[in-house]
Amino acid sequence: MDTKEKTADHASRASAFNRDEQRVNWHDKTLWFVREKRDKAAWQIPEWEHLRELASQIKDNVLSNLHNYLIQFEKQASSNGIIVHWAATAQEHNEIVYDIIRKKGVSQIVKSKSMLTEECHLNEYLLEKGIDVVDTDFGERIVQLAEEPPSHIVLPCIHKKKEEIGALFHEHLGTPEGSSDPVFLAAAARADLRKHFMKSSVALTGVNFAVAETGEIVVCTNEGNADLGVQLADTHIACMGIEKIIPQRKHLGIFLRLLARSATGQPITTYSSHFRKPRAGQETHVVLVDNGRSERLKSIDFRNALKCIRCGACMNTCPVYRRSGGHSYHYAIAGPIGAILAPSLDMKKYADLPFASTLCGSCSNVCPVKIDIHDQLYRWRQVIVKNGYVNPGKSLGMRTMSTVLSNPSTFRWIGRLGRLFIKHLPFLVNHKLNPWYKKREMPAPPAQSFHQWYKTMRTNGK
Amino acid sequence: MGSRERVLQNILSQQAPAKFLPTFETNYSHDSDNFQKFCEALESIGGKAVEIVTWKGITDHVAEQYPSMRRIISTISELPWYVPQFEHDPHSFENVDLSVLKGHFGVAENGAVWVTESLMGHRSTPFISQHLALVLNKGDIVSTLHEAYDRIDRISYDFGIFIAGPSKTADIEQSLVLGAHGPKSMTVFLVAT
Amino acid sequence: MRVALFVPCYIDQFYPKVAIATLELLEKLDIQVTYPERQTCCGQPMANAGFEHLTKATNKLFIENFDKYDYIVSPSGSCVLHVKHHLHSKASEDLAHSIKNNIYELTEFLIDVLKVKKLSSWFPHSVGLHQSCHGQRGLMLSQMSEIVGPPFSKSEALLNMVGGLNLIALDRSDECCGFGGTFCVTEDAVSAKMGLDRVRDHISHGVEFITSSDMSCLMHLEGILRRLKSDVKVAHIAEILNAPA
Repeated sequence: MDTKEKTADHASRASAFNRDEQRVNWHDKTLWFVREKRDKAAWQIPEWEHLRELASQIKDNVLSNLHNYLIQFEKQASSNGIIVHWAATAQEHNEIVYDIIRKKGVSQIVKSKSMLTEECHLNEYLLEKGIDVVDTDFGERIVQLAEEPPSHIVLPCIHKKKEEIGALFHEHLGTPEGSSDPVFLAAAARADLRKHFMKSSVALTGVNFAVAETGEIVVCTNEGNADLGVQLADTHIACMGIEKIIPQRKHLGIFLRLLARSATGQPITTYSSHFRKPRAGQETHVVLVDNGRSERLKSIDFRNALKCIRCGACMNTCPVYRRSGGHSYHYAIAGPIGAILAPSLDMKKYADLPFASTLCGSCSNVCPVKIDIHDQLYRWRQVIVKNGYVNPGKSLGMRTMSTVLSNPSTFRWIGRLGRLFIKHLPFLVNHKLNPWYKKREMPAPPAQSFHQWYKTMRTNGK
Repeated sequence: MGSRERVLQNILSQQAPAKFLPTFETNYSHDSDNFQKFCEALESIGGKAVEIVTWKGITDHVAEQYPSMRRIISTISELPWYVPQFEHDPHSFENVDLSVLKGHFGVAENGAVWVTESLMGHRSTPFISQHLALVLNKGDIVSTLHEAYDRIDRISYDFGIFIAGPSKTADIEQSLVLGAHGPKSMTVFLVAT
Repeated sequence: MRVALFVPCYIDQFYPKVAIATLELLEKLDIQVTYPERQTCCGQPMANAGFEHLTKATNKLFIENFDKYDYIVSPSGSCVLHVKHHLHSKASEDLAHSIKNNIYELTEFLIDVLKVKKLSSWFPHSVGLHQSCHGQRGLMLSQMSEIVGPPFSKSEALLNMVGGLNLIALDRSDECCGFGGTFCVTEDAVSAKMGLDRVRDHISHGVEFITSSDMSCLMHLEGILRRLKSDVKVAHIAEILNAPA
């Protein structure tokens, strides 16, 4: 990825992605297939909508009582022999993790998927300190080898074709040139990563749920990479955002029923590991990370985004995500949920993301914890505009539009002019600088407006 | 002020007004046959359900399905692969072809089996083995995860896990591949009681 | 009952036939309809672009035009949704509130208020129904494919009353067309691609007409159809429901 792309906004990245239409079609179909699997899985549960409502209410309760739940979790986890750390910022999180690794005297760790560590840029930080992080989730390993960020939180390399993965493996793992069979490639990655598992004494994982009542953490994977890493290592570091707390263990019944069905259409992930106490001789660390979350709690408009359980369903269903690719969002978490999370971290940098949506609302409908994603996108737009992070031309245009539309006689006059304009001077509108016209014809202007028709046919006629 | 206090104080001053914690039913069973449903769910996620009557059923099945296996370990004393005392170092299991372990119960809606550390010999065995087999009583199948957690509340554990099928990935173009990092197959032996 | 017709700005200017069809259809059903003549726009174009604070004047004008009616009916789910969610007035919030309660999208008004059970219209064509997201997911005019719940569709119920009409099933029953207000120009690549994919779904199933309860979606889809030089046409649902027998 060149530097020019790094600063580009969603629209220009999306436009670049759309230069290869076959690829867009492939990307769209692949993710729509996941959405369809999700639908099928949801329909097998008659009480599905009720479960979503319960999950949403439980998360509401968590966000209203997070202080006490965190203290309760810390107390329970500590009494279970888990070492609990607190990090106010991404920097502190990275320092805590590094400190644990440094004390173990190792230069390599294995890591299973954690969006939090993506958010904190842990890999880059550790690399600078001389610690090599091996991502063990297949998809994450693939993007790590390609030196790219994940493009999807559940399917990190969904933007890559098998031939590209084959070429990457040929370069890095020595597989035969031209091999692209997924079974073969997965076997090659398995063999390679086993070596890393066997020699790593520190394993880092994310956390899907942390239970306040029991002090246990739950980690869900399909590959078994979190477990293989942790169970072979002497030290387990689990990093979690503070919003991952749930009150009671029985609530896992609700969340685990929703999570995998929403994510991939599976009835449950292959492994749902409940880490309550460290293994004999093992150290377990849990790092609780704030990094802006507590600030977000106060916002009635945006706090609900903290309910997210990272299933990725909003990405799979999003017609914009499917046709623009995860990297067009230039943030660790892509898609609709990323577009409402990112601006609270850096409104200026991510000012474009809430506009990368048609507000169709499909995201909110698939969300297992009923986050009002599309309404938040709308509200972010208002906040971003008020803070001046839109281009001045757009502001001027909107002001003009507002003036015209709030003045009936100006509106009739401009409207008439506009129709005349399109009708008689179409070359002025139908040119390449008009983004509408690139792929679409302009509406054919009628001779008169409804208003004019009504005046002739009804007002005067009566 | 340390980070802990800073984070907690910030949360306390910012958190939303108190919202109730909902109560809910845990009885969502849909009056179907749990055993049948479990077997179907397990097959749909790439696992295999095998009904047996005696322990010999397991050894016969293994001999037939996995004739070339060299190292098989088990925590079940009735089986020939029984290991009374597991090694402390998990790396010693690297060459295990098959682990045969007991499970506490299965879950009909998703084909998962609840296993805790006490049944594993070592926490690593369900993951490091090339293949995994779990043994369940046919009657020990609950309908949903809600019922599962009701039951889990009565089993104390340091490490517990739902295992649902062989390890898998679909990261490469959504093509399902069984045997990602963990076992390439998962068989559940259901013992008639 | 006092019924007002709200004609969205772009329909007034570019698709007067849709407003005419709406008016005639309601009149056929014996409804006396008033068209408040000083109406312009609901303010959605500004609000969805993040400039809701610039909609105070259009809100005020909207309230002046529509505060005296039992029902306000409009052939656009999107504009109705905007009014329902975002019409406010510091000076007369109670009026804004009652307008929000009284405003109906056309198919919603026909089914829920007038309880229409049969129509005299005749439209002997294969028709694909495009669900407008704001009408469907915003106003719940039909069940959504994401939701585990019983199926219903106000548009379909009405289209099924039209003689000769053959309603065609699509691969993706309710995917967004990509119009999205200013999105259609600020994200023109994705917008056009979404529209193209929708159009292809309809074309591959052999429809002659694409219909919708929102003309903005159809304006976008029509622009693409014409660029493709396709024979498939668009027609607002009001035009079909009003098609003479």
